[in-house]
Amino acid sequence: MKSGLKSRLGTQNRTLWFWVFVGPFALGLGIFTYVPLLWSVYLSFFDAHNTVTPDVSEDFVGLDNYTSMLRDDSFTDSLLTFLVFSLFIVPATFALSLALALMVNRLRRAQAFFRSVFFLPAACSYVVAALVWKLSIFNGVRFGLANTLLGWFDTDPVAWLSTTDPPWYWLVIVTARLWLQAGFYMILFLAGLQRISPQLYEAAAVDGARPGWQVFRHITFPQLRATSIAVTLLLVINAFQAFDEFYNLLSDSRGYPPYARPPLVYLYYTALGQGQNLGLGSAGAVILALIIAVVTIGQAKWFGLGKKEAA
Amino acid sequence: MTISRRHLIATTAAGATAGLLSACGSNTGRDEGSSGGKPVIEQWYHQYGEAGTEQAVKRYADAYDKADVKIQWRPGNYDQQLASALLTKSGPDVFESPGPSLDQIKAEQVVDLTELIEDVKDDFNPAVLAPKTYEGRIYGIPQVIDMQLLYYRKSLLDDAGVEPPQTLDELVDAAKALTSKKVKGLFLGNDAGAGVLGGTPLYATGLELVTEDGKVGFDDPAAARTLAKIRQLYADKSLLLGAPTDWSDPSAFIQGLTALQWSGLWALPQVKKELGDDFGVLPFPKDGAGKASVPVGAYGAAVSARAKDKDAAKAYAKWLWVEKAEYQEDFALSYGFHIPARISLAKKAGKLKEGAAADAVRFATESGFAAQPLLWTPKCQTDYSDALNRIIKDGANPESELKAVVRKVAAELDRVKK
Repeated sequence: MKSGLKSRLGTQNRTLWFWVFVGPFALGLGIFTYVPLLWSVYLSFFDAHNTVTPDVSEDFVGLDNYTSMLRDDSFTDSLLTFLVFSLFIVPATFALSLALALMVNRLRRAQAFFRSVFFLPAACSYVVAALVWKLSIFNGVRFGLANTLLGWFDTDPVAWLSTTDPPWYWLVIVTARLWLQAGFYMILFLAGLQRISPQLYEAAAVDGARPGWQVFRHITFPQLRATSIAVTLLLVINAFQAFDEFYNLLSDSRGYPPYARPPLVYLYYTALGQGQNLGLGSAGAVILALIIAVVTIGQAKWFGLGKKEAA
Repeated sequence: MTISRRHLIATTAAGATAGLLSACGSNTGRDEGSSGGKPVIEQWYHQYGEAGTEQAVKRYADAYDKADVKIQWRPGNYDQQLASALLTKSGPDVFESPGPSLDQIKAEQVVDLTELIEDVKDDFNPAVLAPKTYEGRIYGIPQVIDMQLLYYRKSLLDDAGVEPPQTLDELVDAAKALTSKKVKGLFLGNDAGAGVLGGTPLYATGLELVTEDGKVGFDDPAAARTLAKIRQLYADKSLLLGAPTDWSDPSAFIQGLTALQWSGLWALPQVKKELGDDFGVLPFPKDGAGKASVPVGAYGAAVSARAKDKDAAKAYAKWLWVEKAEYQEDFALSYGFHIPARISLAKKAGKLKEGAAADAVRFATESGFAAQPLLWTPKCQTDYSDALNRIIKDGANPESELKAVVRKVAAELDRVKK
């Protein structure tokens, strides 16, 4: 009896156990991710104002939503905004998190403390950080933190988020995200650094390599290749998906300025705002998903991600 | 006691079946559309900032004896929550809405309420009833009127030797004269007015957003001239920007960060409490051949087309917003500061009979225009305010910006008129 039960529920019935454990998650993934995704693709071919169930015969518009989205200069401008943002944020976060990791890795004492201190902002929500940046540090009146510092040098208050010439809003947006995410990527780099064999450094020292820049360039950085690729990919995807800090820093009850409007904010206003143009919004979402997929795959190929490292 | 495997499986299966059956049965914890024989009505409000408002609407709901009214008081992006909820069956039966929007009306998400309001139609301010009317049918009953206006600090104007501005040119000059190292002349919102002003400068110059016959109302050189003056305010550095609270909150004005502020009537009690008589109110000053103007709007009570019991929902909406006059006055004036939507009630209200409040009511009656005409869709609004942003902040050429917006808005108007 016991052995019968064991054989029924044991190793022989792997398929059953596979579905017991994976089934509920697969079902959830299907219902909450793939069905809406496919429904969104379906909606993108319809004139779907204020409805998710358009009339198949009356509302079908073919590729019209796609062509009007690609002709919409607000949407193409939003792609440009993303490009500018990722040009700022990807190298900045990469450099800062690598520098932090190198510093923390060299510490002989209190390493855990500094690791935690730098990582802590990653636990803060983007919304909270955006509000702190907007209301306390970079508000435009004379008693904001940044303007108080400027006041010491007898400089007039700067309206950080409201001026486009010079575009100070980039400083606010980039620093908020930098503060939030540098600690997380620092941890990834730290893990990479700790995997480098000390014998490599010893061999380099024997060969006469000067500690510092020379060792970093010829030993540390090449050894971090896999980590660097993963970090870059994640940074680019995250930048594409930027929404929270942009929305909370720049929107108000009446709308959102046209500058610094990334694609997701634009699609949010198109599809989920009062406009409720769900067909057009879906077409934009599909276009954006395709762009992200193409960029990510291209990037992965370029870096040779997944290939076995040369021995 | 030993339990055989067969017994265990049978018991578990029976339990599971019972659970499934009870889930399909009536004891689900959900309302099934009636409560003690009375219909159940779900009513939604957006979260009002004024203390006591939520208790007040619950009190009104409790006083209705023909249905069991359940109130949902919703914080956050109410308009967007509502738009999404109206796509599903789980949305409200009766709800307040700044619209309903034209797309909601055309998608048949809201029901026609014309018959509820027919007898007292003329007692509603036309500027707030018109945007709720489509092809002669009314889809929302205006609740309370909100309006925007210009607050000025008397003492600061006196110190600078500046008179309250009566024209847009005078406003530009006054804001410049009132600007010092510590105080800015004017606050139009942290985005320099691109969002909140909307069509106000156009109305001040005698134009409009959309004409009565559904055409673009600002295809005129006067529009570019007026908007260039708003740019001038920005270029002169006369505008307060980046204040901790935005235009709808009077804090910047009360704290002395600005001498003039564009805000709402709702801010009046707070301003009066802090500044006493050291303030006055003005409409947006006229420009050229136009006249002074103030935007007015009203949340309206609407009934969802998916309401479980449409007749009961309509009857309740009529009872609350057409018949119970005392509740409307209480809702408008006992907590915050709004004008009752019914002209007869606004005339009677004691709190609106003197001082700045009386001026505001006069502006709303004489110079009020619908802040959000029915045909002015969110797409029109986005395109127009983007252009306004570029004109004011980037110094873009007003003529070419407006030309592009006129084209976009005309295309959108063609779409919605189909």
